[in-house]
Amino acid sequence: MTTAPPRQAERAGVPAAIAAQDSPRGDKVFSTLALTAGCLILAVLFGVAVFLVVQAIPAFTADPADIQGGKGFLAYIAPIVIGTVIAAAIALVIATPISIGVALFITHFAPRRIASALGYVIDLLAAIPSVIYGAWGASFLAREISPAYVWLAENAGWIPIFSGPASATGKTILTAGIVLSVMVLPIITSLSREIFLQTPKLHEEAALALGATRWEMIKMAVFPFARPGVVSAIMLGLGRALGETMAVALVLSSGALTVSLVQSGNQTIAAEIALNFPEASGLKVATLIAAGLVLFVITLAVNMVARWIISRHKEFSGAN
Amino acid sequence: MSKRIDVKDLNVYYGDFRAVEGVNISVAPRSVTAFIGPSGCGKSTFLRTLNRMHEVLPGARVEGQVLLDGDDLYGPGVDPVAVRSHVGMVFQRPNPFPTMSIRDNVLAGVKLNSKRLSKSDADELLESSLRGANLWNEVKDRLDKPGSGLSGGQQQRLCIARAIAVKPDVILMDEPCSALDPISTLAVEDLINELKENYTVVIVTHNMQQAARVSDKTAFFNIAGTGKPGKLIEYADTSVIFNNPSEKATEDYVSGRFG
Ligand SMILES: Nc1ncnc2c1ncn2[C@@H]1O[C@H](COP(=O)(O)OP(=O)(O)OP(=O)(O)O)[C@@H](O)[C@H]1O
Ligand SMILES: [Mg+2]
Repeated sequence: MTTAPPRQAERAGVPAAIAAQDSPRGDKVFSTLALTAGCLILAVLFGVAVFLVVQAIPAFTADPADIQGGKGFLAYIAPIVIGTVIAAAIALVIATPISIGVALFITHFAPRRIASALGYVIDLLAAIPSVIYGAWGASFLAREISPAYVWLAENAGWIPIFSGPASATGKTILTAGIVLSVMVLPIITSLSREIFLQTPKLHEEAALALGATRWEMIKMAVFPFARPGVVSAIMLGLGRALGETMAVALVLSSGALTVSLVQSGNQTIAAEIALNFPEASGLKVATLIAAGLVLFVITLAVNMVARWIISRHKEFSGAN
Repeated sequence: MSKRIDVKDLNVYYGDFRAVEGVNISVAPRSVTAFIGPSGCGKSTFLRTLNRMHEVLPGARVEGQVLLDGDDLYGPGVDPVAVRSHVGMVFQRPNPFPTMSIRDNVLAGVKLNSKRLSKSDADELLESSLRGANLWNEVKDRLDKPGSGLSGGQQQRLCIARAIAVKPDVILMDEPCSALDPISTLAVEDLINELKENYTVVIVTHNMQQAARVSDKTAFFNIAGTGKPGKLIEYADTSVIFNNPSEKATEDYVSGRFG
């Protein structure tokens, strides 16, 4: 959800600016409303940022020995930043191809009846609260999947990410990543589906009439059209994966940073905050808020990169 | 190249609705044939059966035969994808691929069929197709710019270049000039006249003058009423259809006394 506020502000802002030029009264009301909404969102965003920075300052200025771990803020935050990125990366690596595949199946391959049923199921997935996913991951998935980790550690242990000894409970960062992937799947799928459906029939037929198979048509007409939208869908998914707290807190048996995905260990920022905040006080609170600030910056950076990717091909976007 | 088309007892359906009924028609190679008729009489529907584009719509189906030099397009085991690479199509609204450059647009169909195309072959084909579509001089300096940056008329000719680049046997055009200004229209009409030296061209048009200018033969379709299927009423040399039609409906339509 992290991407929504700036995006809406921008969307609302643009028509407002255009409407202001040739404005009967209705347009004026609308443009004022849109402008107010846009400003409000920016103000909230700014307020949150200011709050985070002010509250976090003690963590940056404190004596390194006083920060948890005793080696300063950077040494504290680095492992959990990496843990966060790993968990989110696993989630996206799993969810992206599945989501795009399912969305394509729904829009271009499935008979209409199956397509709408499947779409409904996907939307239901999005409605499940994250604590349920967490409970499912911790009590079911972790247990069921741990034999696979043992197997991986035995047979593919020479690859650092699968090095043993595998966690007996299965509560590893890989399990957390898989749970996260199920959670971001509906986001990416339903947005991609919307975008695939919007592909102009004109371009699809152009491809088919040239003798393209259905898959070739998808490559020629659907993907190029949908690319920016799918990138933003993935980024929205990434936003959720980065910020997801409850599921990770329940699923992951956290610990020090490790390369292995099948051992317990690693931690994400969001889960770290959630698990420690209730009992924290003083400098510890500042440290956790600083960690939150870092997460905020990461999400912002992700969104900016996404925007840049989308705009890079503007000339070829068909918008002109 | 350039094959003859024989259509036998063709019925075309959208689900249960029969849109076109009992069409029999023969189109000679290296000729331009115009389809005219009132809106909704099934011209586009029929045209799209000639390259099996009709059936991409859900529920759409066809009965009867379409023979391309004697081979039934709807015969068992015939791959519609292959049919479409032999029978090219130009649509009513120009539809270049917006994310592709002019070059990639022209070569899009070719790359589907023969993946390995050497650079020099590709350049040659690019130039000959664009020249064939009377577009080369206008775009030769910006081949790597997006096709959507061209004017509507240029885009339509780009689509024609794209269609002829795959060297089809037949080119179908569904109101190719209806979104164009008179000058671009003339450019496309000139082009159609040149195309018939190498291709069988079938064009749907609402413009009587256009039909008279470009076509050798004209087919008049009509519809008895809403919900009724469209039928081929009369098919003859263009001069006959416009000057001396044998059917009263044709005469009424071409003289503007319709409806
Ligand atoms: N996708 C569709 N689904 C159902 N019926 C359709 C569809 N497309 C066209 N029809 C119907 O088929 C009949 C013929 O339509 P068609 O588009 O072929 O007419 P046309 O002669 O090309 O008309 P125009 O000159 O306006 O383009 C019409 O009754 C139309 O309502
Ligand atoms: Mg039509």
